[in-house]
Amino acid sequence: MLGAAPLAAETIEYVAADGPLSYLWLLIALPALGSAILLLGGRRTDKWGPNLACAMTGAAFVYGLISFLDLRGRAEQSVDLHLFSWIPVAGFHVDAGLLFDPLSATFVLLITGVGFLIHVYSLGYMDGDPRKRIFFAYLNLFVAAMLLLVLGDSFLALYVGWEGVGLASYLLIAFYFYRPTAATAAKKAFIANRVGDVGLSIAIMVMFAALGTTSFEGVFSNAGALTAGTATAIGLLLLLGACGKSGQFPLQTWLPDAMEGPTPVSALIHAATMVTAGVYLIARATPIFDHTETAALVVSIIGAITLVIGCIIGCAYDDIKKVLAYSTVSQIGYMFLAVGIPGAGAFAILHLLTHGFFKACMFLSAGSVMHGMDDQVDMRRYGGLRKYMPVTYACMGAGYLAIIGLPPFAGFFSKDKIIESAYDLGGTRGWVLGTVALLGAGVTAFYMTRLMVMTFFGNERWTEGQHPHESPKVMTVPMVLLAVGSLVSGFGLLYVVDLPQWLSPVLGHHEEAGPHTISVVVLTALTLVVVAGGVAGAVYAFGRRPVPTTPPVAVTPITVAARKNLYFDSLNESLLMRPGQYLTRALVFLDNRGIDGAVNGLAAGIGGGSGRLRRIQTGFVRSYALSMFGGAAVVVAALLAVRLGT
Amino acid sequence: MPTDIQAPEILYGPLSPMLIVFAAACIGVLVEALAPAARRRGIQVVLAVGGLLAALVAIIVQRGARTLTAGDAIAVDGPTLFIQGVLVVLGVLSILLLAERGLDGSGGAVVARASTTPGSREDMRLADSDAMQSEVFPLAMFSLGGMMLFPASNNLLLMFVALETLSFPLYLMAGLARRRRLLSQEAAVKYFLLGAFASAFFIYGVALLYGYAGSVDAGKIFDATGDVGSNDVLLYLGLAMLAVGLLFKIGAVPFQAWTPDVYQGSPTPVTALMAACTKIAAFGAVLRVFYVAVGRDQWDWRPMMWAIAILTMVVGAILAVTQTDVKRMLAYSSVAHTGFILIGVIAVSKAGLSGTLFYLATYGFTTMAAFAIVTLVRDSSGEATHLAQWTGLGRRSPLVAGVFAFLLFAFAGIPLTSGFMAKFAVFQAGTAGGAGVLVVVGVVASAVTAFFYARVVVLMFFNEPAADGPTVAIPSALTATTIALGLAVTIVLGVYPQPMLDLADQAALFIR
Amino acid sequence: MLNNYVPILVLFVLAFGFAGFSVGAATFTGPRRYNRAKYDAYECGIEPTPQPMGGGRFPVKFYLTAMLFIVFDIEIIFLYPWAVAFSQLKLFGLVEMALFIGTVFIAYAYVWRRGGLEWD
Repeated sequence: MLGAAPLAAETIEYVAADGPLSYLWLLIALPALGSAILLLGGRRTDKWGPNLACAMTGAAFVYGLISFLDLRGRAEQSVDLHLFSWIPVAGFHVDAGLLFDPLSATFVLLITGVGFLIHVYSLGYMDGDPRKRIFFAYLNLFVAAMLLLVLGDSFLALYVGWEGVGLASYLLIAFYFYRPTAATAAKKAFIANRVGDVGLSIAIMVMFAALGTTSFEGVFSNAGALTAGTATAIGLLLLLGACGKSGQFPLQTWLPDAMEGPTPVSALIHAATMVTAGVYLIARATPIFDHTETAALVVSIIGAITLVIGCIIGCAYDDIKKVLAYSTVSQIGYMFLAVGIPGAGAFAILHLLTHGFFKACMFLSAGSVMHGMDDQVDMRRYGGLRKYMPVTYACMGAGYLAIIGLPPFAGFFSKDKIIESAYDLGGTRGWVLGTVALLGAGVTAFYMTRLMVMTFFGNERWTEGQHPHESPKVMTVPMVLLAVGSLVSGFGLLYVVDLPQWLSPVLGHHEEAGPHTISVVVLTALTLVVVAGGVAGAVYAFGRRPVPTTPPVAVTPITVAARKNLYFDSLNESLLMRPGQYLTRALVFLDNRGIDGAVNGLAAGIGGGSGRLRRIQTGFVRSYALSMFGGAAVVVAALLAVRLGT
Repeated sequence: MPTDIQAPEILYGPLSPMLIVFAAACIGVLVEALAPAARRRGIQVVLAVGGLLAALVAIIVQRGARTLTAGDAIAVDGPTLFIQGVLVVLGVLSILLLAERGLDGSGGAVVARASTTPGSREDMRLADSDAMQSEVFPLAMFSLGGMMLFPASNNLLLMFVALETLSFPLYLMAGLARRRRLLSQEAAVKYFLLGAFASAFFIYGVALLYGYAGSVDAGKIFDATGDVGSNDVLLYLGLAMLAVGLLFKIGAVPFQAWTPDVYQGSPTPVTALMAACTKIAAFGAVLRVFYVAVGRDQWDWRPMMWAIAILTMVVGAILAVTQTDVKRMLAYSSVAHTGFILIGVIAVSKAGLSGTLFYLATYGFTTMAAFAIVTLVRDSSGEATHLAQWTGLGRRSPLVAGVFAFLLFAFAGIPLTSGFMAKFAVFQAGTAGGAGVLVVVGVVASAVTAFFYARVVVLMFFNEPAADGPTVAIPSALTATTIALGLAVTIVLGVYPQPMLDLADQAALFIR
Repeated sequence: MLNNYVPILVLFVLAFGFAGFSVGAATFTGPRRYNRAKYDAYECGIEPTPQPMGGGRFPVKFYLTAMLFIVFDIEIIFLYPWAVAFSQLKLFGLVEMALFIGTVFIAYAYVWRRGGLEWD
């Protein structure tokens, strides 16, 4: 059994920042400044702007690293930097401040590190795009907002960053706004996020109503004072927010559509960083979830459902980026599953980090493939590319091995731990969640193998006039670095850094208590067998005979359903959009007749009154003087009347 | 006949800000007399800006001063110093606007020679010359000096002198527009006649109050209000008359009639000076009279001020709706703002005082920047102030239109602008002071004002630009500085208002 | 307390009443025979002469001179009480008066240098 000790002390206090940490705001300010310069500087920054953006992110990474090392050397590992009194109204006091603790330090490194590599990659990928500067401005804006999200020391500050990344994501998905699909996808992402945001904002309001504060320090210290009902309500509302941002069931449909954005965006925002903000939120709110088992369980269940949905749909798509997108959905499902399990939060973060490496690596590799294939995304039009793009092939391979969880690649360590924790929950729920996670690993192996086979092996199914070629150094170098990360990060983070120990001040201690439900060796072996089965199945299905260039029509109902996103879009349409449309129509009717009538009447009344009053403004001094005289008489009369009346 | 006359004690330190400004103004007159015509403008700008900055330094040095001086006639205390500080900074900005000459041919907003008959051949010839009536700088300095003295006057006679000192130069400056000179001169005459009318009320009120209290010192009047059995009718007659004179200067209804005509006719930099600085100074005097002299009788004068505040907010907001001229619209919006600020005055509390001070500061900077933007939008005949000409400005010049839109949002009190924090401060003080009804009216009036501000924004950004629309002139560093500083203050006080709120809070105590 | 003011009120009423009565009586009883002289200023029948250019306006110089006279006139008036109280005010009074005269002289210098004292 896994046991989770509640966070050590009941009152949580952060120590004030000093030393290198007293300039934490620089982390946010650097990319924000870059973004501002690029946006306000106009065309004159076209030339050096993108490089500046890279430098800003790089500088933020270096500073993040310094701060991280400084933090490691400290005894008190939660450092708070007070910036200013933000909203100092009587009874409602919010300070703007930054919190640097193991969890946010980890995220800072992920965001700036991977972010920097992707910035560099984009230098090559976006070369020749007339709006390259704008792109980099948005990327920097995103990095700044994301850093604010993970560094804010209150839920309100987090919310600002949360909305900021939402905005940046919207802008970047719609970067090719002249394509209707991109514009629609951006809107869809925005609306799905709004649904989640409402949940988060209500959660913050409930917190404030119940505890009178929104700062992490205040909320977590007093979490014990919450009634079970309130804690559960807050937990579920936070989960709703997390689902919106992280593309979890039932709000997952926006994430694959978001692949309309440029590929580096998909890699940075919709794979490595932003979509993991939901996991961050749940992990950050661990002290609240400690008090509500129900909400924690719901988190795990949502994760499990999403995991399955993502896997199944991932098998059916032919669009390489959509497959990767659904694999992201499914992998984040793993993280949710883990973060809902008491004591397993550290493994969720571990998987989040390894996933950040290997998914970014795979997305960049996919971008590299598209770069060489004239932006073709249909895998049925690939084939045999390993000869033409050896580096890309190797990098994608590293990511692939990591995601299916082959030792010693990163995914093996993180995913194994999650499956193990799930089984260790014990009881029915342990068996159900564990088995779902285990089978999910097999399906993941199946569709990822399918992707590899269809892209790099088999016959060449290109359209006329395509000349696949390797991408330039500026793109491949970041890919290689990320591939190395995919290889070593799992082992390194788990055994060299000892991430669970490092994160324990925030996420609670992970205690090895009691025997495992299934012994570790057996479970590992079992997982590898299931994965091998998935790989073998895919090789059997796609590797032996030529892949047709058009999707087969006669397929199982499951495939048909999966190709239609398991009807989630239709479901949304019939459950939300149609009634919404009817509601809108009804409201428009009501609005025209009732409210507009009143408003227009009021406006006309004001306008009419205004017009009538205007006539007293004759322009003649004599009438002005008369009105003044009249006014003076009234003032005198009023004062005397009050006096004599009393 | 008593012959025992004591020389009053004069504390030159606390008086130094005003002395510096007046001295700079006097030197400015000498410059007009002695310097060659071609070099006057340059010298005047340097002199005026230098004088104001020196005064600012003096204010900062004297920031701790809380004293009565000059025979108790002048009170240098928190509100005085706060208002003087704001006035001096805004004064610098308005001087910069007056000094701008890159927008209109080469001569700036001020007429080349005020004495030529409008429309005469001489006038046509001079209109495009680079000459200007550089007396406007010392006039502005005298006016600013008067404004600084106005809220500092603890003695009603001195207050009257200050009122005239600030008004006379303004009457003249109102008539100095380079374009549309007849309109400008008409504005000047109207302002002068009505101002004189209001001054008459004021001085009559002072006389009656003297009859009541036997003194024109605010502190003595306060003491007298505590005596049982004194003749209250004189007090209320006097106070009413005094109030008329003051309410005229802040532009409260029903004494607002001059505002739109004068704002529209005056050269826009002068309008900016009037709208921002005069209002602040006059509110300072209002505060001193109502908080110090008759603070004890608040229950008696409050109903009257309630009525005035409600009328001012409602009439200002409603009349602004149908305005078609930017300057007139801003004039009515300033009337509505007068009403909002009056809520803070009526609260008669420390919170009300500090809220009023904060509101005045934010309002001054936003107004200054807004009028500065008005100077930029021009067609062949000068400034294009008709709203129809602003159609589609956002397409043509997104930066200028965007800044203007932001300033309008600040006027409307949208969060994250200084206007929001200011409204919040006075409304909160009003609620705490038991003026809930007033605050409700204030909120409703704000909604109406938001409507016409939004209308301008829609006009600028969502309509196609007219074919022969105005051009947006590129300002020189002078106007650009004014806009930038006004905008910066509007943003900063909206996002991070705490230091300014603290400052206003520390200043919010009158001495008597 | 208000009783003290009743006479004043009565005076007001009488004054307004007389004015109203006069105007009303003139309107009701007076004959209406309009002619050119009736429309002249003050019905005095005297044409303002000579008619300068622009129709009945005086050169602004008159006003300017008049105003200058008032400025210096007031200075003189101010000097009288100062002179009477000089022995009590001592140095303070001297300095203040010097400042006052100085400021008036600034105005004088301006008027003089800018041609305000020249008639043409």
